[in-house]
Amino acid sequence: MLIELGSEIDPMINDQVYSLASSISKEKITAVIELIPSYRSLLVSYDPLIAGYAEMQEMMSEIIDRSLDSVEGVAVEAKIIELPVVYGGEDGPDIEAVAEHSGVSVQDVIDIHSGVDYRVYMIGFAPGFPYLGGLDERIAAPRLKTPRLSVPAGAVGIAESQTGVYPNASPGGWQLIGRTAIRLFDVNRTTPSLITQGAKVRFVPVNSHD
Amino acid sequence: MTKPTTRELQIIQSGPMTLVQDRGRSGYQQLGVSVSGAVDVDALDIGNRLVGNDMNAAGLEVMLGGLVVRFSESTMFALTGADTSATLDSVPVTANVSYVAHSDAELQMGIANNGMRAYLAVAGGVGTPSILGSRSTHITSAIGGSQGGKVIEGDVLPLGDASSKSISGKVFEAESRYTSAKGLNIRILLGPQDNEFSLVGIETLLDSTYSVTDQSNRQGLRLDGPVIESKSGRYDIISDAVVNGSIQVPGDGKPIILLADRQTTGGYAKIATVATVDLSKLGQVTPGTNISFVSISIEEAQVLLADRQRIIIESELPRVVAPTNVTVDGIDVAVGVAQNGDSMMAELDGNIYPISVYEYPPV
Repeated sequence: MLIELGSEIDPMINDQVYSLASSISKEKITAVIELIPSYRSLLVSYDPLIAGYAEMQEMMSEIIDRSLDSVEGVAVEAKIIELPVVYGGEDGPDIEAVAEHSGVSVQDVIDIHSGVDYRVYMIGFAPGFPYLGGLDERIAAPRLKTPRLSVPAGAVGIAESQTGVYPNASPGGWQLIGRTAIRLFDVNRTTPSLITQGAKVRFVPVNSHD
Repeated sequence: MTKPTTRELQIIQSGPMTLVQDRGRSGYQQLGVSVSGAVDVDALDIGNRLVGNDMNAAGLEVMLGGLVVRFSESTMFALTGADTSATLDSVPVTANVSYVAHSDAELQMGIANNGMRAYLAVAGGVGTPSILGSRSTHITSAIGGSQGGKVIEGDVLPLGDASSKSISGKVFEAESRYTSAKGLNIRILLGPQDNEFSLVGIETLLDSTYSVTDQSNRQGLRLDGPVIESKSGRYDIISDAVVNGSIQVPGDGKPIILLADRQTTGGYAKIATVATVDLSKLGQVTPGTNISFVSISIEEAQVLLADRQRIIIESELPRVVAPTNVTVDGIDVAVGVAQNGDSMMAELDGNIYPISVYEYPPV
């Protein structure tokens, strides 16, 4: 069952999605298998052999009414996750191209990129991959014409007006400006993903990975 | 007294792609972790029932056949899904029957001839490590299975503890699960984003025949056929969650049906969703298969799923052999012989073994 709360990228709508997800979780409904929040919708995966569609719809409507009424009242302070990043050089092979495309210096790219806290709108694409919102349009840059066959784990990239971090080595087409040594996703941790929805990410420039 | 044994499955030949799969890794999609799991989950479930396993047990999903394994110890097993003309120590075995393999017996699977994937279920299940609650292999994120990847020659897969209560010789008597006809009729529910498509676009989906292209895999089936018209000419949406069986339509207007290995989110509008009861059929389609769609209501889909539960999970499984007592050299023994398809089997000490026709009659 997909609950759509809007059709645009908007922090308010995204807040409602989180708030609704947390309200549903709290109910501990036996039929609910898992919840998959995104920018603007919430997917409720359920076992129809436990609760049929009509029953689920009734339960969800009731929770939606309650949850959306109270969302403004809950001013949750987002958790800030700091990621130390070595910008440029081997770690950020595309930083000069991004600087040139944007008409600013490499140092400006670093200052602008690390100067804001990014909202985690959702996790998708790959385990622990955060979709971050709030990139300064001055350093927005197109994807690579030919994606790299392998991007290292921790690579920080830019694609159009999005920025993100590759949690694991994978093919990828984003322009790479730096890398963090922090392990974003590890199945052996109790909480496998360091970054979760609703958090904020802050990139902190460092000179080395020590 | 049972002496501790190491029940293992030695991989002699892996075939083109053999994967450890169970019912999938649910619960972590909000962290971007794909569910994966068997694409023909009906076949996996039937296999697990035949060998007396828990429904969460892992088996081997064998794409196109070609797997050769050796059992380290006496082990009950069953083959389900696509037929591979398999043999156990050169004696033919039939799909959908549980047998016992002696220690060191070698199971050889030929080429799959009526579907894409065969499943090998073993009593106790494949015991590779459970990662985030599942043994399923998701190759692109290197999670689960045999060290994050496919099973390879030389692998030795541990097996879990088998239930002592299960007996071999059970048979799943389904009418052929794979329609021999040239095409498949798949039941779908329109939505969740059917409002992005024009009326003409929706009619195109429901009135046309699409063919499965060779750019299809465990992530999804890419279909070729008439272009589906969207209302605005655009097919992109702001990315949101997708499910097993989501039918998304990218910019070229040709549908893609997402399967087990799908990513958790997607940015194309989803015109419809395959009814869960029909998903397993899609795990067996070969490139070139024709697919047409029929729209049903969510209530109908859920009734069909409950029927599936009764047939596959809850039905009583008969035994193929009714043993009779005979006296051999003055000793009373229970023996039975049965024929299932082209293969013969015999019962001895309560276990069912495949036998060759040259041994028949066994007494």
